[in-house]
Amino acid sequence: MTASGRGCIAWVPQDSSARAVGADEVAAALSAIDRVTVRRNGTRGMLWREPLVEVETERGRVGYANVTADDIPALVEAGMLAGAPPRATPGGAEDDHARRSVEYVGIVDDDPWLTAQDRVSLARIGLAEPTDITAYEAQGGWAGLRRALELDPEDVVEEVVTSGLRGRGGAGFPTGVKWRTVLQAESDLKFVACNLDEGDSGTFADRILAEADPFTLLEGMTIAAVTVGATEGFIYCRSEYPDAIERLRDAIAVATEHGYLGDDVAGSGRAFRLQVRVGAGAYICGEETSMLESLEGRRGEVRAKPPIPALQGLWRSPTVVNNLLSFAAIPMILAEGGEAYAARGVGRSRGTQIFQLAGNIARGGVYEAPLGISLRELVEDIGGGTRSGRPVRAVQVGGPLGAYLPADRLEVPMGYEELAEAGGMLGHGGVVVFDEGVDMARMARFAMEFCSVESCGKCTPCRIGSTRGVETIDAITATPAGAPGRDQLFVLLEDLCATMTTGSLCAMGGLTPVPVRSALTHFPEDFEGSPR
Amino acid sequence: MARAGRQAEELTPRSARAESVRDIALRYAGERGPLLEILHATQREHGHVADEDVVEIADVLNLSVAEVHGTVSFYHDFRRTARPDHVVQICRAEACQAVGGADLYTSAQELFAHREDVEVREVFCFGNCALGPSASIDGRLRARTTLDDIAAAESGWSR
Repeated sequence: MTASGRGCIAWVPQDSSARAVGADEVAAALSAIDRVTVRRNGTRGMLWREPLVEVETERGRVGYANVTADDIPALVEAGMLAGAPPRATPGGAEDDHARRSVEYVGIVDDDPWLTAQDRVSLARIGLAEPTDITAYEAQGGWAGLRRALELDPEDVVEEVVTSGLRGRGGAGFPTGVKWRTVLQAESDLKFVACNLDEGDSGTFADRILAEADPFTLLEGMTIAAVTVGATEGFIYCRSEYPDAIERLRDAIAVATEHGYLGDDVAGSGRAFRLQVRVGAGAYICGEETSMLESLEGRRGEVRAKPPIPALQGLWRSPTVVNNLLSFAAIPMILAEGGEAYAARGVGRSRGTQIFQLAGNIARGGVYEAPLGISLRELVEDIGGGTRSGRPVRAVQVGGPLGAYLPADRLEVPMGYEELAEAGGMLGHGGVVVFDEGVDMARMARFAMEFCSVESCGKCTPCRIGSTRGVETIDAITATPAGAPGRDQLFVLLEDLCATMTTGSLCAMGGLTPVPVRSALTHFPEDFEGSPR
Repeated sequence: MARAGRQAEELTPRSARAESVRDIALRYAGERGPLLEILHATQREHGHVADEDVVEIADVLNLSVAEVHGTVSFYHDFRRTARPDHVVQICRAEACQAVGGADLYTSAQELFAHREDVEVREVFCFGNCALGPSASIDGRLRARTTLDDIAAAESGWSR
């Protein structure tokens, strides 16, 4: 087997989801072919197509989706290395998830799923090798940092305020306001901390961006540091993301070598040292004050606020704490101006949001679009409905603490206020789809169980309320409808939910009732208990 | 790594472990908030964080044993006993449940119920939510996992 005379460059993603469906084996099979150079990019975000192999041709990069190592000989025989379509495989139309047939994507940059997006934070994912700093620069990298270094810190903060950027980690607090607080705080020592403890089920945009384009995060954090006067920074990454940890550490080493981090950031005379710290499998450490405790080396117990971390964060010093996606929006905001970012969105939800389509969905992946797109567009038009082909029954938006919305409520626009009005929350932009096979009493029970496993234990409503919640839901589903005492169990459950909502220290206990109550409201028939 | 850790524990005198843990603690002691780093490094090196390690680490960091113990016991990742030969982690979070993750977890528990050298653990999210159910077998992440995939992996293990 030989490629064309001048050799061939094939791209095989190194993303951990792509690796989980065999990308490493595909890369090895391609590397074994004479004159083929394999390069490892991040994912383009079309996860249902992974492994997505791209071959460089004169027309552009030509894509082949769902490739396995076993497919390579036949694909090469059919002219893959010159960008030719694969031959039809006999009898292979069935889309059984165990044996997916290869899909010819054509020129990947022209793919409608990609071109319909408005990629700001994700603009560079999947295009280059993640730690290729030359490619990063060629694609517009560091322009935001350079501009930030030319401006007064107050003006940088003003750009971020103008952009309307709200924390993408879930809480939605205005990022510029937070930065201004840290900038104005008097202290010899300030920190920047990135919350990369993305523990919400159905959210993986942090991971994808960290693995595919780590310099964007580094640039956003560096802009924050030089703006507020912080000299040290931490990326707190969950241990479940080993590939992201490795990629970020590599990226920090490369950026330091090239002078973008260290004692003299981009020749500005300002110092910023950054390191990755690894969590230890505790969901609650995604809560910002728990994360701070964990970074300091303690149990990840929530801190009562005030004082806010912007004034007393890490080691009681002023600290900028933002989610990865918030930092990742910053380089563009500085490079193109806050107005350009604010021009996108709906209502008070400005800019773009990275939606993560997950669960029982045909086309799962990351999709960046202006805030305000409807949930139905995301689930049906973009996500292609369920993977099982059965009707959608419920969609959970915003992570495990978000509401379950029934299939007839999907017209809601995806914005902070708009979703809140519909009884949901935007959270981190996760969209998890369930088909009609879902048992919503089981999901409500799981919400309570998850809280009982992952509660930090500091406050009673969360620690004990969640355990009582599991018991009460078990009692409800074990009691036949109409049996004596059953109504009181619902009253008890509602009482527990109210106590957790009003009495918990943080969002973990405070929001666990959201999925429970939404399941009760929209799917009462699932609680019509027969013993399970 | 786990095997090596286990052998080291069995074949070398106890003081050598204490020595090694002390070295690890001293290596990180000068950093800000070093405790989690030390615990991760101890577990990497020795497979788990033993009670005797806690005493060494507390001594180096000038913390109480209770403080270090409290941190070790708070986090799911830190093991206080030796790691079994094989660890199967299965995601039980919502996105994987939407495609059968909870049942996969139960079936895998049954599959390995008789094996003391295999541990089946629940995990909440690998960030592979578009391609669930997700499982990690001896540290390797797998997507769209079936019980057959897990059984096939098992057949590759030497007994």
